[in-house]
Amino acid sequence: MFDATRPNLPHRPGVGYKAQHFNDIMADAGPVGWLEIHAENYMGMGGRPLAQLRHLSEKFPFSVHGVGLSIGGEGPLDADHLARLKHLCDWLNPASFSEHLAWSTHDSAFLNDLLPLPYTQATVKRVADHIDQVQSTLGRQMLLENPSSYLAFEASDMSETDFLAEVVARTGCGLLLDVNNVFVSATNLGYSPQGYIDAYPLDHVGEIHLGGHDEDEDETGAPLLIDSHGAEVVDPVWALLDYTLAKTGPKPLLIEWDTDVPEWSVLADEAKRADAALNVVA
Amino acid sequence: MTSPQTDFRAALLDPQAPPPPGVENPDGTPATKRFDVYRNNVAVSLTDALEAAFPVVHKLVGTDFFRAMAGVYLRAHPPTSPLMMFYGTQMPEFLAAFGPAQSVPYLPDVARLELALRHSYHAADAAPVAPDALGQLPPDTLPHVTFAFAPAVQIVPSDHPLRDIWWSNTHDPIPQIVQTSQPTLITRPDFDPVVDALTPPQAAVTRALMQAEPLGDALRHGGAAFDLGPLLGLLLARGAITSLKT
Repeated sequence: MFDATRPNLPHRPGVGYKAQHFNDIMADAGPVGWLEIHAENYMGMGGRPLAQLRHLSEKFPFSVHGVGLSIGGEGPLDADHLARLKHLCDWLNPASFSEHLAWSTHDSAFLNDLLPLPYTQATVKRVADHIDQVQSTLGRQMLLENPSSYLAFEASDMSETDFLAEVVARTGCGLLLDVNNVFVSATNLGYSPQGYIDAYPLDHVGEIHLGGHDEDEDETGAPLLIDSHGAEVVDPVWALLDYTLAKTGPKPLLIEWDTDVPEWSVLADEAKRADAALNVVA
Repeated sequence: MTSPQTDFRAALLDPQAPPPPGVENPDGTPATKRFDVYRNNVAVSLTDALEAAFPVVHKLVGTDFFRAMAGVYLRAHPPTSPLMMFYGTQMPEFLAAFGPAQSVPYLPDVARLELALRHSYHAADAAPVAPDALGQLPPDTLPHVTFAFAPAVQIVPSDHPLRDIWWSNTHDPIPQIVQTSQPTLITRPDFDPVVDALTPPQAAVTRALMQAEPLGDALRHGGAAFDLGPLLGLLLARGAITSLKT
């Protein structure tokens, strides 16, 4: 097993940090016990973003959440980008580092989206090799997040939960369970979200994500949910969270809101609801 | 050599292309609208990033033009790094060559200024010298003094009234902008970059100083009648100079 710094976020609600909420959070963070940043937004050399982080990190534990490492990419990891991640993690010393089961870079083009992977043994090996490289470079155990899926691959010959379990077994990484992504993928691909949770390697969950999604339909009229991080968490996702927490007990629980970011009070209300869900199982 | 991600990437960036092979709906039929979710995410997120990066270019050309232009740009120049804060590096040259933008000749300079502002915003912090630092030096050493500048300091050259155009679109409209060459100086006294107009001789002297020419040599770039006082006052007031060496 990988021996390194392990994630240790508090088992409390956290929120995705947005610069416009700096004053509100410093004044009264409500039940929010930790903050998450997208690593790539803090890879400048100085200025306000890093100054704000310096202040906030005196008060809050941080989760660094990468969105650009392309762990599922066919090519090698971007060494410059991995070095930037190491620099940020060494400087901030976050309580957790996480990334996505997805790819975003190919032939040196970064496509700014979390793109899907077929679930095969070849993909397991590629993803596991990249996670080994990340964990040994950072000196940290990382958490791997399940994606929102909109389509399936003809080539896939294993379930997402089996895929994740195998990556965990090979690399010793932990998992970031995004309950909204489970709900979105299950709806889009026609399986039971509770069944997914039942099959998921819950012992390895180091963090849970919650966020909002948009509703659409495909050309056949089948529901097509789109992960947007731009709205409140819907009731069926809260219910799936309760179902999950009943099995795992309290976990670090993040509210993600990245587009059409509301004023702080809206986010604080979502965090209160997350706090209530955690208290039920505490 | 082709691969699944090469096919996927090519189809993502080409709105006319069919989805890549092997992507399916839950019933096993080829995914079209579902693939379009990814295609749309890529185009919309990159267009949004460009809109956030070039707000004055956006304002000058309007949303419809900007989005159409961004659609061409993002396919010609997809990001080459996950640092979206610096996306759009080729925008000035792209706009200079983009036929439909030719009626706004200063657009590439505005894009150059907006790029420079973002680099300045994210540049490393640096403590400025005291406002009287130059006065503390023995007068006979002044011609030999070299200056070090904060990493946030940049000069954006322009044959257009660039600072006034920028100011008019970000602060108060200037009723009559005089057609003049207005290089701009970008500094970052605190956390927010500041844009000042320079005269072409001031820009030439500053550029020489930034290349570590001694003050005496740098002044020659300003011409015979150059008055250093106003430029030096501005550079010191903006915290642009971080050290002096004799």
